[in-house]
Amino acid sequence: MKEVIKHVACPYCGACCDDLEITVEDDKIIEVKNACIIGTEIYHHASREGRVGSPRRRQPDGTYKDITYDEAIDFTAKMLIKAKKPLIYGFGSTNCEGMAAAGRVAEDAGAVLDNCASICHGSSFLAIFDTGYPSCTLGEVKNRADVVIYWGSNPAHAHPRHMSRYGIFPRGYFTGKGARGRKVIVVDPRYTDTARCADHFLQVAQGHDYDLFDAFRMVMHGYAADLPDVVAGIPKEKILEVCDVIKAGRYVHIFFGMGLCHSDGRNHNVDIAINLVRDINEFTKCTIMAMRGHYNIAGPGIVWAWQFGFPYCIDLTKGSHAHMNPGETSSVDLANRGEIDAFINIGTDAGAHFPIRSFEKIGGAGIPMVTIDPSVNMAATVSDVHIPVAIVGVETGGICYRMDNVPIQYRAVIKPFNGILTDEELFDKIYERMQELKMAGIESDGSWEYAAPLADVRPVKEAYE
Amino acid sequence: MNTITITLAKQAQLYLEADLITPDQFAGKSTAEIGAIEISEGKIRYPLASFAKIEGAAGPTPEETRIVLNGDWSRVKRIGQQMSAGEIIINSNVDMYTGGWMKGGKITVNGNADSFTGIAMAGGELTIKGNCQNHVGSAYRGDWRGMTGGVLRVMGNVGNDIGTFMRGGTIIVEGDAFIHVHTHGEGGTIIVKGNVEGRVGGQSVKGDVFVNGKIDYMMPGFKYVDDVTKEVDGVSAVYAHYIGDLGERHPDVKGQKIFTNLYLKK
Repeated sequence: MKEVIKHVACPYCGACCDDLEITVEDDKIIEVKNACIIGTEIYHHASREGRVGSPRRRQPDGTYKDITYDEAIDFTAKMLIKAKKPLIYGFGSTNCEGMAAAGRVAEDAGAVLDNCASICHGSSFLAIFDTGYPSCTLGEVKNRADVVIYWGSNPAHAHPRHMSRYGIFPRGYFTGKGARGRKVIVVDPRYTDTARCADHFLQVAQGHDYDLFDAFRMVMHGYAADLPDVVAGIPKEKILEVCDVIKAGRYVHIFFGMGLCHSDGRNHNVDIAINLVRDINEFTKCTIMAMRGHYNIAGPGIVWAWQFGFPYCIDLTKGSHAHMNPGETSSVDLANRGEIDAFINIGTDAGAHFPIRSFEKIGGAGIPMVTIDPSVNMAATVSDVHIPVAIVGVETGGICYRMDNVPIQYRAVIKPFNGILTDEELFDKIYERMQELKMAGIESDGSWEYAAPLADVRPVKEAYE
Repeated sequence: MNTITITLAKQAQLYLEADLITPDQFAGKSTAEIGAIEISEGKIRYPLASFAKIEGAAGPTPEETRIVLNGDWSRVKRIGQQMSAGEIIINSNVDMYTGGWMKGGKITVNGNADSFTGIAMAGGELTIKGNCQNHVGSAYRGDWRGMTGGVLRVMGNVGNDIGTFMRGGTIIVEGDAFIHVHTHGEGGTIIVKGNVEGRVGGQSVKGDVFVNGKIDYMMPGFKYVDDVTKEVDGVSAVYAHYIGDLGERHPDVKGQKIFTNLYLKK
């Protein structure tokens, strides 16, 4: 019998649209309403042929053979205990319950715990550590903002419903005229589809956003006369014109994307943007928000900051304290430098997202690797073990944090395919198995099949007792 | 001064963390006690003696202890971290955090050093004969108190984030720097004898920056004032004097605004 489930939240991007209507019949997705084309695909993907219904172990010839959950969990638990510095990376596409369970496992295993922010908005976190985060909710943007700036982000492609739900077009409480009442400023080195919606488009020279922010801040500090004629490819007159638009706004909001946090200077590009927000607040109300990518990539920042005090790149190997310093404890740097000896890829695809030279040092270096993901992604194709899990937002519910750090309750619309486990259940089982193995005398002594033992190198016993 | 020589004989599979290799930790200890000092590789801790050969004797106090490191230390982090006195001579390349948070004494690296060298340094002398990577003399993440004292000299080139959130002390780079020199600076002096790509003194409040080479992209917030003659690292020359960053807050002292001074060699 057909059933329509309303008010479902979408497991695609950080906009977390929660107005989806899903039609299901006999635990199959029939129709998806209100979602963008990418969100729609995620639901249909759950009901397609070719899903993996059981954990799989790679064979010496490169093919995969189905194994039981118990075998896969035993392999993962043993790997985590034995490795000297395992890395658990991912979590872009899972719920907070799964992240908390993984946090418990990582702490017990003495692992490095990292999430996709490491290659995404992690540098924004560093800027926030330095200067704070004068932010707001997306509801405030919709209801109050009359000047909206998209800087280094392209929601037309990356967050397809962002502009219509929050940024440019919606009619809010104090913004009844919708798009006609809003001034939209887009700053990007490319003329993007988002730029086509802009009243003012500033085509900044690639890699010179920092200079342009400095120019904006000079105007806000009263040094407009000292501006050079051209800054980062933008004429002085245009900078002054846009500054007048900003000062005349009742509520200014800046959305920034990876154009800032992943061009040269990274965190400083974001840090100077936040400082510009402080300057603008001398004239009018202004807030800022990171355009977070995945639907729950804000989640690990919240969950782990609560568990360990840091949002990402958390080195738990010392047992006594958490250490965080991106550049050293960030996944790509760990991989590049050959600083890990086991890898768990969960709810993401390190194979597709890491620089290839960096991923080669994990995937091609004989480091044991486990992928936990509903789909066969690139990382799964080179993993020793691939463990499928239920798709969050489709087959299991949970808490997910939207890009403005508002928690949204996600719902299951169908049952998990083939009775597969959720991320939380899987990590809890790995934790239990680790305790059993430790009771049975399996310990981290620096010697195992993935590490060539060094003669006369014996660890200090007390360290792991 | 007593000298203790440590020769690294074996290489770990991953990286070693040796924050206990300081004159402060070694002083007054016997060779056997020093051999029992723990170094870690990930979550496993080893006695120093299982990786290295230890010869000589430590002095009774840190001031009287000189540590000489021979062998390949390029995969060892945190040497000389928080040291307060004495001397470390490293005849090798080293990894991250060399001389981080150091308060006194002297470290000489006869090779290259990786990132976070001299991070949040407060005193002493740190000399790198080769190149360094990023975050030299910078602040730890989220800390607004970067380097506060001491002299950090790099004979080669450096990467980005040199002296971020610096409040005191001197950084001398004899080669080139990439970007972000003296970002968020609140004092101190940085001398770059080579070229810098850009972002010199961005968001800097006060302090002095000298560049003897070229700056490819000058920050818009720096304004030319006058030409001055300055003696920099023992050499006198004429510099174009700029003040900035005009896009940043600046304190008032006796009714006069204090800016960061950027001196660009003519």
